[in-house]
Amino acid sequence: MKSLISSPYTHGSSSLQQVMMQVVFALIPAIGVYFALFGWGILTNIVLSIIFCLGFETIIMWLRRRPIKSALFDGSALVTAILLAITIPPLSPWWIIFIGSLAAIVFAKQLYGGLGFNPFNPAMVGFVVLLISFPKEMTQWLAPIGAEGNGMGLLHSLQIVFGSTGIDALSGATPLDVIKTGIRMGETINTIIAGNPTFGQLSGSGWEWINLAILIGGIWMLWRKTIRWQVPVAMLGSLAAIASLFYLIDPEHYASPLFHLFGGGAFLGAFFIATDPVSGATSTKGRIIFGIGAGLLTYIIRSWGGFPDGIAFSILLMNMAAPMIDYYTQPKVFGQKG
Amino acid sequence: MFTATVTLSLLAILFGLILGYAAVRFKIDSDPVVDQIDAILPQTQCGQCSYPGCHPYAEAISNGEADINRCPPGGEATIQALADLLGVDPKPLDPEAGEVKPEKLVAIIDEQTCIGCTLCIQACPVDAILGAAKQMHTIIESECTGCELCLPPCPVDCILMVPVKQSANHWKWPFPQPSAGLNEGGNL
Amino acid sequence: MNKINRKLWKYHGGLHLEEHKSISTGQQSALLPLPKRLTIPMQQHIGEAAHPIVDVGDKVLKGEMIAEASGKVSAPIHAPTSGTIVEIAALPVPHPSELNVLTIVLESDGQDQWCERYPIENYRHASSEQLRERIHDAGIVGLGGAGFPSYIKLNPGQHFAIETLILNGAECEPYITCDDQLMRERPEAILNGARIMRHALHAKRCIIAIEDNKPDAFSALNNALSQSGQNDIELVMVPTLYPTGGERQLIKVLTGKEPPSQGRTLDIGIICHNVATAAAVADAIIDGTPLISRIVTITGEAISTPQNIIAPVGAPIEELLDFAGRESGVNTQLIMGGPMMGVSLSNTNLPIVKTSNCFLLQPAEPTKPESPCIRCGECARVCPAELLPQQLYWHSRAKEFEKVQEYNLFDCIECGCCSWVCPSNIPLVHYYRFAKTEVWAQEREKEGANIARRRHEFRLERQEKVEREKAERMRKKKAMLKDKEGAKDDTAKKAAIQAAMDRAKAKREANQVDSTISASDSQPKSEL
Repeated sequence: MKSLISSPYTHGSSSLQQVMMQVVFALIPAIGVYFALFGWGILTNIVLSIIFCLGFETIIMWLRRRPIKSALFDGSALVTAILLAITIPPLSPWWIIFIGSLAAIVFAKQLYGGLGFNPFNPAMVGFVVLLISFPKEMTQWLAPIGAEGNGMGLLHSLQIVFGSTGIDALSGATPLDVIKTGIRMGETINTIIAGNPTFGQLSGSGWEWINLAILIGGIWMLWRKTIRWQVPVAMLGSLAAIASLFYLIDPEHYASPLFHLFGGGAFLGAFFIATDPVSGATSTKGRIIFGIGAGLLTYIIRSWGGFPDGIAFSILLMNMAAPMIDYYTQPKVFGQKG
Repeated sequence: MFTATVTLSLLAILFGLILGYAAVRFKIDSDPVVDQIDAILPQTQCGQCSYPGCHPYAEAISNGEADINRCPPGGEATIQALADLLGVDPKPLDPEAGEVKPEKLVAIIDEQTCIGCTLCIQACPVDAILGAAKQMHTIIESECTGCELCLPPCPVDCILMVPVKQSANHWKWPFPQPSAGLNEGGNL
Repeated sequence: MNKINRKLWKYHGGLHLEEHKSISTGQQSALLPLPKRLTIPMQQHIGEAAHPIVDVGDKVLKGEMIAEASGKVSAPIHAPTSGTIVEIAALPVPHPSELNVLTIVLESDGQDQWCERYPIENYRHASSEQLRERIHDAGIVGLGGAGFPSYIKLNPGQHFAIETLILNGAECEPYITCDDQLMRERPEAILNGARIMRHALHAKRCIIAIEDNKPDAFSALNNALSQSGQNDIELVMVPTLYPTGGERQLIKVLTGKEPPSQGRTLDIGIICHNVATAAAVADAIIDGTPLISRIVTITGEAISTPQNIIAPVGAPIEELLDFAGRESGVNTQLIMGGPMMGVSLSNTNLPIVKTSNCFLLQPAEPTKPESPCIRCGECARVCPAELLPQQLYWHSRAKEFEKVQEYNLFDCIECGCCSWVCPSNIPLVHYYRFAKTEVWAQEREKEGANIARRRHEFRLERQEKVEREKAERMRKKKAMLKDKEGAKDDTAKKAAIQAAMDRAKAKREANQVDSTISASDSQPKSEL
C-alpha cells in the first residue's frame, strides 16, 4: 500500500536548520567584538560549551532511543551552546561550562522532552543555575581592554580554563554590578561613573561595543525575518520607558535609559533569548505582552533586586507565564469578529 | 483560649453556612451517572460484558458491581472515557469479556441457506432482522450493531460476519506517518 | 468599461507563491480524441451517490441521463458520448482513498450522437424554480473543486435576500489554468451563466473576480461585456495572493464582510460560484447540454507540453497525460488539483470526474524529514482563517478531538499555507484532515449508538408488553376456570353473579341506545 501523504506537495524554503543557523550567524559580530575585548577566553568558552552541549544532546538522545543525527543537525543545541557561552565570564574554568551545559541541555531541554517541549529557555536556565550556584566565578569578568591588554595568549588562557594557573587581578565587575554596589553604598550615579575606568560613552567601556554588535545581529535577524519585531521592540521599549521615567524623577539614583539598554544583557535578551519561540508566547499580541513583561521585570530586578542584571530572571519568569498569555491572547477566528 | 475557641467555632459555622448556601444556590443538575455511562457505551447490546445489554452494564458500573474494562466493542476509547468520567485509572480490557475486533463487522444472512426459523429475529437486540416464519430473513445493515447474538441460535449457520463496506464518503484520513527525525520513538 | 477603482479589503495571512501558470496557457484548449471506454463514477459530487438508471447492454445517446440523483444533496449523471453500457461495478475513483465506488462503464460507438436537447428559449421568462430544476437535471456541481450540487446554491430560500452573486475566477493555486483558459476562450458563456444565475437568485448585483495575474482573461471578459451592450456585471481585479480563491477570503476581499464562522455565505446575503460553473449553467439553459465534459489543466515539470484539454467525464487520466506528452525516464508523482490542496493519486488509470480541474505530474521528490514544532508561530501568521495551527496540530496529534473543535478546526479550509511555511516541515494539513474525518466518524458512531439504544429500548418495551399481555391472559383464563369450578358447588354465588350480569346487560343496552361511540370505544379495550 502506498503511504498516503496529504497536500500541500510543495514547501517553502524555510527549515529549522536554516532558522537556527541564522541565529548563529547573527551572533558572529558580537563574538568578534568579545574576542577583541576579552581575548581567547571567550573562544574557549564557546568551544567548550559546544562540545559539552552537543555531547549531552547525543547522550540523552541515545538514552531516549531517538534519532541522534537530526537532533544534532537541527542546530538548536548549537544555538543554546553559543548563547550560554557568551553569558559566562571569559576564562571561566571548564567545569563551570560543563555544569552550565548540563543544566541547559539535560535538565532544561531534554528532561522536558527535547526541542519544542522545553518551557524555559535552556541557555538561560544554564546561566541562572551557574549564577546562583557559583556567584563568585560568574561575576568575575575580565576588564574589557583587549587580549593584549589582559596579556593572555591562547596558551595562558587554556591554562587558566583547565585550572593549572589562577586568574589574576585583572578581573573585575560589570558596569551594572558597579552601579548596584555604588548605590548600595549611598553614592549617586554621577559619582560612581566619574573617575571609574569601567564606564565609557554609553555604558561600560567595551560593553557598549559588544551591545552594539548584538544590536546589529538582532536587526539583521529582523531583516531576514528570523525573528519578528514584537518581542524585542516591546521588551526594549518598556525597559527604556520605565528607565526614562525613573531617570527623569531622580537621575541621581537611577541610571539613564541608554545605560540600561547598552549596559547589560538587554539586547542579547531582547533579540536572542526572549525571541526563542519554544519558550515564549506565540500570538502577536501575546508576544508584545511577553516583551513588555520581560522589560519591566528586568528593570525591577536591576533596580531593586539582589542581582545586578535581571534579563535572565525576567525572561524565565515570563517563560512561565507564556502559556497563560497565549491562552488569553488567542486571535479571533475569521468570521467570529463583530 | 476561650476567645480563640469561640472565634474559630463562629468562623467554622459561618463558612459552613456559606458553603451550604453555595451548594444549594449553585447546584448543577447533572444526568444521573447511569445515563452518562450509558452514553459512553457503544450500544451494541452484545452482552459480552456478561450483562444483558449496555444499560444494565451501565447500572452495574455505577453500583460498583462491574469493572469498567468489560466492553470489547468500545475498546480502549470507551475504557478511557469511562475512566475520565468516573475518575478512576483506566485499565486494559478484561480478556474474559473478549477481544477488540480490528474492524467493525456486520452480520449478513446467506439467503440461499436460510430456512426462515425466526430464531435470529428473536435474538437480535435492536430489531435489525426482518422476516417471518418460513420466509427468508434479511438484515438491515445500517441498523446492525455487529453484536453477533444472532449467530448461536441459527440452526443452519447461515449468518456471516463481514466487515462494514468502506465508502469514500465515510473514509478516514489515517494518522500521519511520523517521518525520520520526529520524536516518535523507536526509529534510531 | 468596468475597470473602476473600487475599494478592496485584505484578509489575514496568505502567501505569495510561484505561479507556474504561464507554462500551460500558451495554446488554445485542445479537444481530447474520444476515448473508447469511459468509466463514469456515480460519486462525483458532495452528497449521496447517484443511482444508475441504465442496465448493462443498454444503448445510450450523448447527453442521456444514465444515473439519477438520490436525495436532495446529489446530482444526476449523463452519458458523455453515445455508446453501450458494458459494465456497472465498483471501481476505484480519483479520491485520496482510491476506494471503489459504483461506476458505469460506457463503450463509445464513435458516433458521438446527441440525444434530444431542450434549451430554454429565454431564461428571462423562466422562473427561478424552472431554472433550478434544469440546472439540477443537467447534473451541474461546483466545478471549482468542491463539487457541491449547484442548484442548491441557487436556492437561498425565502428568508435570505441575495445582495451579491460573486463569480470566482481568482484561481489562486499555482499551476492551475483551466478557469483562466475558459475565461479567455468562452467569456460569453460565463457572462450568460452569470446572468442566468443572477436571474435565478434575484441577486441585486453580480461581480466576477479575477486575480491580477490573468490580464488576458480580464480583457476577454471585458470585451465580451462591452459587446453584449449590457453593463450589468462588475469585473474586478483582485491582487494575486494565495488563497484568494477561497470563497470566504474572496468575499472578504470584495466586500470587507466575513461570512460567520461555521456559517454560510448566505447568512450575509452573498452567493459564490465558480466561473466554470457559470459556463456550465449557460450551456445547460441556452443549449440544453448537461455537464458531460470539462476543461482540465494537464501540467507539471514532467509534462512535455503543458496545456488545457477539453475532456469528457470518465476519460482515463492516462489518455490526457499521454495527449500532453510525458517526459520519459522520470519517476513521477501525480496530483489531482494543485500543489497546495490537491490529492496525490497512485494510479493514472483513474477517470477524470466533474471536479477534476487539474492534473499535475511532477518528478517525485523525497519528503523532507519532520522536526518537532518550535512554536515559531509562522503558521498562525499565514493562516487565512486566523486559526492557531500549532494548537490544532498539538491537539490533533494527541487525538484530543474536543479541544481541536474548541480551536475551531472546522473553520480550517485546508489551504496548506501553514504546512508550506512550517520550518519543521510538519504535515499540518494531514493532521487536520485526520482529526476532521475522525470527528465525523465519532459523530456517526454516536448517532449509530443512539439509534441502537432507541431500538433496543423499544424492543425491551415491546417484549415487556408482550409478557404483560401474556400474563394478563393467563390470569383471566385462570379466573374463568375458577369461576366455572365455583359455579358447580355454590348456587348462591351463581345467582349473585347472574344477577350482576343481568344488571350489567341492562346497563349495556341502555348505554348502547345512548351512544354507540362509547360502545365502540370500549370494544377494543375488552379485547386486551
